[in-house]
Amino acid sequence: MVLSRSATLDGNEAAARVAYRLSEIAAIYPITPSSTMGELADEWSAKGEPNVFGTVPTVVEMQSEGGAAGAVHGALQAGSLAVTFTASQGLLLMIPTLYKIAGELLPFVMHVAARTVATHALSIFGDHSDVMACRQTGAAMLCAANVQEAQDLACIAHVATLRSRVPFVHFFDGFRTSHEIAKITLLDDDDLRALAPLDAMRAHRERALTPDRPVLRGSAQNPDVFFQAREAQNPFHDACPDAVVAAMAAFAARTGRRYEPFRYHGHAAAERVVVVMGSAAETVREVVDHLVAQGERVGLLQVRLYRPFRADWFADALPPQVQRIAVLDRTKEPGAPAEPLCLDVLAALRQAEQAGRARWAATPHVVGGRFGLSGKEFTPAMAAAVFHHLTAARPRDAFTVGITDDVTHRSLPFDAEFELPREGRSEAVFFGLGADGTVGANKNSIKILGEATDLHAQGFFVYDSKKSGAITISHLRFGARHFEAPYLIRRAAFVACHQFGFLDRYDVLEPAAPGATLLLNAPFPADAVWGELPAEVQARIRELGLRVFTIDADAVARDAGVGGRINTIMQVCFFALAGVLPRDEAVQRIKDSIRKSYDKKGDEIVRRNFAAVDATLAGLHELRVPPDGAAGHRRPATVAAVAPDFVQRVTAAMLAGKGDLLPCSAFPPDGTWPTDTARWEKRAIAAAIPVWDPAVCIQCNKCALFCPHAAIRAKVHEHDDDALPSQPWRGKDFAGWRYTIQVAPDDCTGCGLCVQVCPAKDKANPRHKAIEMTPVRDVRDRERGRWDAFLALPEADRAAIAKLDVKGSQLLQPLFEFSGACAGCGETPYLKLLTQLFGDRLLIANATGCSSIYGGNLPTTPYARDAAGRGPAWANSLFEDNAEFGLGMRLSVDALTARANKLLHGLAPLLDADELVGELTAAHERSEAWLAEQRRRVAVLRQRLRALDLTEARELGALADYLVPKSVWLVGGDGWAFDIGYGGLDHVLSMPHDVNVLVLDTEVYSNTGGQASKATPLGAAAKFASRGKAIDKKDLGLMAIQYGHVYVASVAIGAQDAHTVRVLREAEAYPGPSLVIAYSPCIAHGYDLVFGADQQKRAVQSGVWPLFRYDPAHADRDEPPLVVDTPGGSVPVAEYMRNEARFRMVERIDPAGFRRYAAGAQRAATRRMAVYQHIAQLRFPTAAPPSPTPTPTGGDQEA
Amino acid sequence: MDLSTSYLGLALPHPFVAGASPLSDTVERCQHLAAAGIAAIVLRSLFEEQIAQEALAHHQAVFGHTEAHGEARTYLPAADDSVFGPDQYLAHLRAVKRAVPVPVIASLNGHTESGWIDYGKRIEDAGADALELNLYSVATDTGESGAEVEDRAVMIVRQVARSLRIPVAVKLSPFYTSLPHFALRLREAGATGLVLFNRFFEPDLDLEALELHTHMDLSHRSELLLRLRWLALLSGQVDVELAVSGGVHTATDAIKAVMCGAHCVQLVSALLKGGAERTSTLCAEVRRWLQDHGYESLRQMRGSMDHSRSPDPKALERANYMRALQTYRVD
Repeated sequence: MVLSRSATLDGNEAAARVAYRLSEIAAIYPITPSSTMGELADEWSAKGEPNVFGTVPTVVEMQSEGGAAGAVHGALQAGSLAVTFTASQGLLLMIPTLYKIAGELLPFVMHVAARTVATHALSIFGDHSDVMACRQTGAAMLCAANVQEAQDLACIAHVATLRSRVPFVHFFDGFRTSHEIAKITLLDDDDLRALAPLDAMRAHRERALTPDRPVLRGSAQNPDVFFQAREAQNPFHDACPDAVVAAMAAFAARTGRRYEPFRYHGHAAAERVVVVMGSAAETVREVVDHLVAQGERVGLLQVRLYRPFRADWFADALPPQVQRIAVLDRTKEPGAPAEPLCLDVLAALRQAEQAGRARWAATPHVVGGRFGLSGKEFTPAMAAAVFHHLTAARPRDAFTVGITDDVTHRSLPFDAEFELPREGRSEAVFFGLGADGTVGANKNSIKILGEATDLHAQGFFVYDSKKSGAITISHLRFGARHFEAPYLIRRAAFVACHQFGFLDRYDVLEPAAPGATLLLNAPFPADAVWGELPAEVQARIRELGLRVFTIDADAVARDAGVGGRINTIMQVCFFALAGVLPRDEAVQRIKDSIRKSYDKKGDEIVRRNFAAVDATLAGLHELRVPPDGAAGHRRPATVAAVAPDFVQRVTAAMLAGKGDLLPCSAFPPDGTWPTDTARWEKRAIAAAIPVWDPAVCIQCNKCALFCPHAAIRAKVHEHDDDALPSQPWRGKDFAGWRYTIQVAPDDCTGCGLCVQVCPAKDKANPRHKAIEMTPVRDVRDRERGRWDAFLALPEADRAAIAKLDVKGSQLLQPLFEFSGACAGCGETPYLKLLTQLFGDRLLIANATGCSSIYGGNLPTTPYARDAAGRGPAWANSLFEDNAEFGLGMRLSVDALTARANKLLHGLAPLLDADELVGELTAAHERSEAWLAEQRRRVAVLRQRLRALDLTEARELGALADYLVPKSVWLVGGDGWAFDIGYGGLDHVLSMPHDVNVLVLDTEVYSNTGGQASKATPLGAAAKFASRGKAIDKKDLGLMAIQYGHVYVASVAIGAQDAHTVRVLREAEAYPGPSLVIAYSPCIAHGYDLVFGADQQKRAVQSGVWPLFRYDPAHADRDEPPLVVDTPGGSVPVAEYMRNEARFRMVERIDPAGFRRYAAGAQRAATRRMAVYQHIAQLRFPTAAPPSPTPTPTGGDQEA
Repeated sequence: MDLSTSYLGLALPHPFVAGASPLSDTVERCQHLAAAGIAAIVLRSLFEEQIAQEALAHHQAVFGHTEAHGEARTYLPAADDSVFGPDQYLAHLRAVKRAVPVPVIASLNGHTESGWIDYGKRIEDAGADALELNLYSVATDTGESGAEVEDRAVMIVRQVARSLRIPVAVKLSPFYTSLPHFALRLREAGATGLVLFNRFFEPDLDLEALELHTHMDLSHRSELLLRLRWLALLSGQVDVELAVSGGVHTATDAIKAVMCGAHCVQLVSALLKGGAERTSTLCAEVRRWLQDHGYESLRQMRGSMDHSRSPDPKALERANYMRALQTYRVD
């Protein structure tokens, strides 16, 4: 921890560094955007950094936020100072415990990066819907508006909770404050020590639950006493605001920074006042200053202490001339008379009047408004619009601001061009790729500016939802005077585009101010850059009079050997052009930070980055902007003209970064969203793509199987044309047909996995394979044409494919394509295969996590439809309830199927001239041919039903598709299946229903950044196990096997692809619950995922990941139900471990520890295999409990 | 019977030294070797290029994904103490030095000029008794002549030897056009000892997969013959201490190597197969052989069959092959 007096850091760190030093126990669970707080606490604890009391806090990661809340509750009861960090759904899971903690008057602070609660959709971004769900718990609520406050109010909360015994929820806006980097004045250990109320701490200790002073807490009380006992604690809540004020006063005395529960800012005789909490208060404050300077009588009332809500203090804080009040809530409470803060204000005014405290002559007119849901920008223009609205004759109540509501017409108009003056402040916007290091470099630039100058500095970073080829937009501000400005930059004096391709896809110049500097990273000689710019960009450059500078940063990076990390190169350019520091000083400081960051990572890294820095300025050129001349190419349309209407109207706007402009009417009101839209998003992010050589190909289809993005595909067809390369198909089916492998050049991520797994080599030149990575620039146009021709070919008849093995399965259309998953993702090949095998009758319940993000994060949806319009139907409920959610789908499908069957039997006499009903209700034969025939029968049935003018016939017509079996899959990661959702999963597996569970096991919480789960293996470094996890992973498969009726299998597609195909088909065919645990390489494992398949082989060969199948149906045939498909033991476990940074970093830190882990992992693998082999010998008498049979009505037998 | 010898200025009670191998990877194994009576221990090489490559791969795998997504700053824990550099090697060297009473010889394979010198100094500072320079490289550049390859090696040895106080040995491959001349240049550049020879990973073909597979097998006694020839040719011609490495499995092998001029015998495969305890057996067998054959000491035997003293020096030269051809008869 840096202990200097000022530093640049984000809101999460600002709060965490206080929380850590004033606590003894932290129990956490990762959730965006609060994860960083827990991670930092864990890092500090792992390093042995003490709190201000001289002890090192214990940090534990639990299985859910519910678990974390339980752990802190226990810690508090037993007398420690405990803390946790959370957000959104996590906070909701803590609410039951929060009632308990508050009810028991336990001093405690929960730091919350406030985030949207999932409703019609999940959102990771900030609003107050989560914290507003806590206002009734009895916890105090303190809201910070900026990074400085996130630190300072954290401290005040820790002090006040000890003084008052009321637990605190200290919250600040997720992302906007939690992730904003700002220069703040730090609280050092002495400050905290001086402010910590030691007497209150002692009192807390004395109340500890201990057998030395035994008491009982958590009794069950009856109607005779509960009420009175509940009211007995009133004095504590009554006194709590005073404790906060006292803590604020002590804080001010120590630091000079003054805070109030309600802060008024503005004209002393303001007539119009906006009441708001959180970062928006800073925006309103700026607008108030601007309007007051123009003579308007306006003001801001910022709420910091929201609970307990001192209505009298609130009323006192209002200016006496107030006439109109707008209360802005960053939440939505449908059905309520107003949003919660607005209701509190209304109540406060009324109470003040009733108590005779009102200082106003006439009751102010109060209107409530919503803003900023899910991190929606709240700009000065919007704040100004609210003030302006208060001048209306009849201001609208329950308005919204920031959107266009053309459905219920509640939104306020605002002047999008309204800007506040920004004297003395410089603003810069950078467009980068996630992988090019732009954000990291900009954070570093802020640090340099913050530390090297007296300037105030701020950085905010916008990410898109893709995990590969993701765009990042960095907003940097710096200026001589302090500012907050918690909104994006709209008129920057410096705009940098770090990826030239963005110019074709995004309006990069939108934030450029007239006369701004534009820095381009262009892969062309300087004199050729102008001609490569889109005409729209050229015109805008001329219109705004921009100065344009260009550098081929990729070439500089390549020459210096730093790969695609152009960050330091562009950083040097920024400093050279921005002129905020002398060039030499800037370069030296960049080098200093490189050395600081990478010194321990090896001299070579430092040397190469230095070389890149040194070579940069020679490559930076100013572009001569020709006053006229031929225009460049037109920017391509965002989506093709043939895309469906919804994609044209809605998706395209979102893709172009204009989603903010879409009105309410553009959206389905219930969260329903069309599938099959990823195909219209042509991201073109690969630098090199695979190109097929039919002369070498052996038609194994492994390339198509392994492609994480369904971007390389196989087809059989009857098209023989030079325009589309093909070769004769070598299968017995489709005799005489042709065969083609084709890449989608704009959808490939260039991961190279397909080439790595391709086994076909040119006999004369084995270096040449049947597919080879080729620079995309050389082949893009040709391959685009081929891809279009390939798509135009009809898909193979599913029923005609002879065998659904690896080869045959890849002739099936993938109905999961072009997701935003990481290049080389180890999860998506399983999902793609799943959709190929069962996609046209597939329902997916998807737990929150990576698979729900690349599966369902807008703008586009990768789940697709076939030519008949069928495809996977997908839904995400929550992280923790996915097994139950999927079970519900199964129950519903079964119920509707049963209803269809009942109707069918009832109508049989009217329908059954040719045994149609008998055939429709015959047993499912589990073949594509049978399914095709069943669909044909359903079509015939529908035709006959149309002839019947009966209610039952019409109902059956609507339900007839349920006569074609549906396949229900519960998909999620190990965080869900092993940890937070395990209870539900276990219960669902204990039932007889035909659900299939696919666990995409990356052995960490991948989506939130690699926190350890119970699937993390022994010895692997993960967050919360930075020195290597000391306990081996839970054997989820073995636990499920013990039920006896569950089909259980472990697969690793890269190790044995045929095994995976077989398992998925067996699991689907098994009529009871099935559990498939799939080894999924992940970037959190720390190696180049192009080697994902090789590493899976090592995992299997070493025995760390044994492949097995437990099929209860085997027992009925007097066969052992467990088949161990791989014996392991052919590769040392240590060899497997040494190929991944997650293990290797442990060896680098602690070689002896690594050896112990490796030996332990070897023993564990051997032991596990011995157990499996033992079970695999077991035969069960056929009279043993029978395998479950499908329950058409789907009733829970235990209920 | 006096089996003592000297190597790199170190007085050794007998010639058997543990060569660079996994045998010295842990302090416990080194202690075991020392307890079993090994005369000195050569640690495995510190490979500068490997450190750099792993650092780069780690850097790409770990830092390539940082700050790229809103939900995760990073995907692996921040491990400031996960250091990519020679520190771990040096710490091991220091630990071994503390733990064993026998001399410890470090080994270095540099990649850059500064790496050879810098890492060499750090090894010296960490307490190594001597340094073995592992001059392993495969010449693949058509633009670089044999002379240039040798010049580069000589320059490295000169710079390292000048920079260090501890003795420096050079571990060679047999693939030099004029090994005696090159050996002399190395001596003049400051090398105190030469180790004959390095054994290399050699690629084999997987005919089904059409891939190259590299692996290293344990040495075989047949490999000794090449080493005996060059020991004999260098001994007496170049004033340098010689070590044999590769192919010594029995006392007879060791005796032959010493007779050809070896000051010490580096054992790896023999110890991997027979355990550290093999050291005392070999010592006993050599001692018995010397006694049985009336030698006064090991020193008396050393070099007795080298090029300058062997009764048939021509047998060590190329003429040997010529005569064999001339005497070959079809019938």
